[in-house]
Amino acid sequence: MRFMLLQNYGEVESDCPPMTEWTPGDIKAHIDFQHALNNELTERGELVDAQGLAGPDQAKFVVANGAGAPVITDGPFPESKELLAGYRMVDVETAERAIEIAAQASAAPGPKGVPIRQPIEVRQVMSAPDPEV
Amino acid sequence: MTPGTGTEGLLRELAPRVLGAVVRRYGNFADAEDAVQEALLAATTAWAAEGRPDNPLGWLVRVASRRMADQYRQQEARRRREDLAASWSLSMSPEGPHPAPGHDDSLILMFMCCHPSLTPASAIPLTLRAVGGLTTREIAAAFLVPEATMAQRISRAKAKVKASDEPFTLPSPDARPERLRSVLHVLYLLFNEGYASSNGPDLARSDLSGEAIRLVRGVRDALPEDPEVAGLLALMLLTDARRPARTRGDGELVPLAEQDRTLWDRALIAEGVALITLTLRQGQVGEYQVQGAIAAVHDQAARYADTDWSEILSLYGLLERMTGNPMVTLNRAVAAAMADGPGTGLALIDGLGERLGDHHRLHAVRAHLLELAGDNPTAIVEFRAAAAGTTNLRERHYLTTKAASLATERADG
Repeated sequence: MRFMLLQNYGEVESDCPPMTEWTPGDIKAHIDFQHALNNELTERGELVDAQGLAGPDQAKFVVANGAGAPVITDGPFPESKELLAGYRMVDVETAERAIEIAAQASAAPGPKGVPIRQPIEVRQVMSAPDPEV
Repeated sequence: MTPGTGTEGLLRELAPRVLGAVVRRYGNFADAEDAVQEALLAATTAWAAEGRPDNPLGWLVRVASRRMADQYRQQEARRRREDLAASWSLSMSPEGPHPAPGHDDSLILMFMCCHPSLTPASAIPLTLRAVGGLTTREIAAAFLVPEATMAQRISRAKAKVKASDEPFTLPSPDARPERLRSVLHVLYLLFNEGYASSNGPDLARSDLSGEAIRLVRGVRDALPEDPEVAGLLALMLLTDARRPARTRGDGELVPLAEQDRTLWDRALIAEGVALITLTLRQGQVGEYQVQGAIAAVHDQAARYADTDWSEILSLYGLLERMTGNPMVTLNRAVAAAMADGPGTGLALIDGLGERLGDHHRLHAVRAHLLELAGDNPTAIVEFRAAAAGTTNLRERHYLTTKAASLATERADG
């Protein structure tokens, strides 16, 4: 079963400040944690893909009606917490295991190593149909 | 597609025999399996450049053995000589290394790779590599995961097999039926994995059902008398025969009722029907044989309307008694509706909610039966519920479209 574990910008349950205000050591510890988690998932035969997305400042919204010129809105957007920051796709044996990984990711370390408690959205990826059709 | 006579096909055929020979010589299934994988990769390059050797099997065994020896020499350098000597003497049978007995080795490998300590998700890729002779890259591509992830999945599976400490022999006669059930289950799931997504954007995956058929044929060569092995092979052949009609060019699903039966593969149907007929005559009926028989009834109907539903109904009744699986009851309800009218089918699934909960297949079957019964408003609700619950994209498209077309009919009427 495949799952997308999605995380948005700035949306954390703890009261930690934005990463730009962290100490270099804390930032490094956070990044090392993400690498270690990805390595662990590869090592367990579960990682399909992990990507971080460029910041909300780089984001653009595009709306078109198929005929006229598209309407393009540039960032930055005040509601940046609505924007996706990155994702992991994992291929696991059970939904429980996906949730376990999400819990691990959510507890990524922030300032002074305190878990940031970032909400992780867990969504199953559509898969193969039943063969009996 | 099952590989033909090319080098790739030959390598896949030889892989389990090479592995059997190397394991017999050196013991250590996990390391031997790595060495054989390297030998297969080396063969692809070397044979393309220098031509195929006169004795391909001997060539592969020699190269794989050299890798094993190299590995052991390195380990020796790491001062592990004592362990090594122990592992060698343990793995050698008293009369020394055997020549590779072919079928038997493949079968022993199948039992190892489908070891009950492994989940199907780990047993499948290990089987494909160790018995099927596929490369890690090919398996990773078929399962749409990175090669590194698949390599780890396989080596973890091997570590589990190693931990089970099983000797390289066939399981004892009293353990064999249970172990064979694991093997057949893994091959059944492998087939479904390929069949379920065998068209459109997932072309690479259709290989998997071809591989499953090839591997079951191998098991049948080793166990020609086993009726369930034959039943599973028949089921796969008769199901695979319908594959060309099962999806449209755009990859969307075509239900059995609407398939263009002229696209079905007649040769596969003939082989499957002959096999299941012969096997059922032996009289030791099991689940795969019943499923094969059901597939045969469908495949022999020239048109959907010609389907022998009362035969299918009684076969599902038999399967239901064997398995007690509520999913089988769902299928029996469809057959009952076709044989005796939708009311009978709907009555059969009335109590299933307690056992299946909010399962999307229950909604989908109820929707179809309600549509047959002419209750379109309720059918629409059920089709929508089924669409919301399925985890398959094509199925969701199909169910959503069904709901939409019934709704449009209502609006038009």
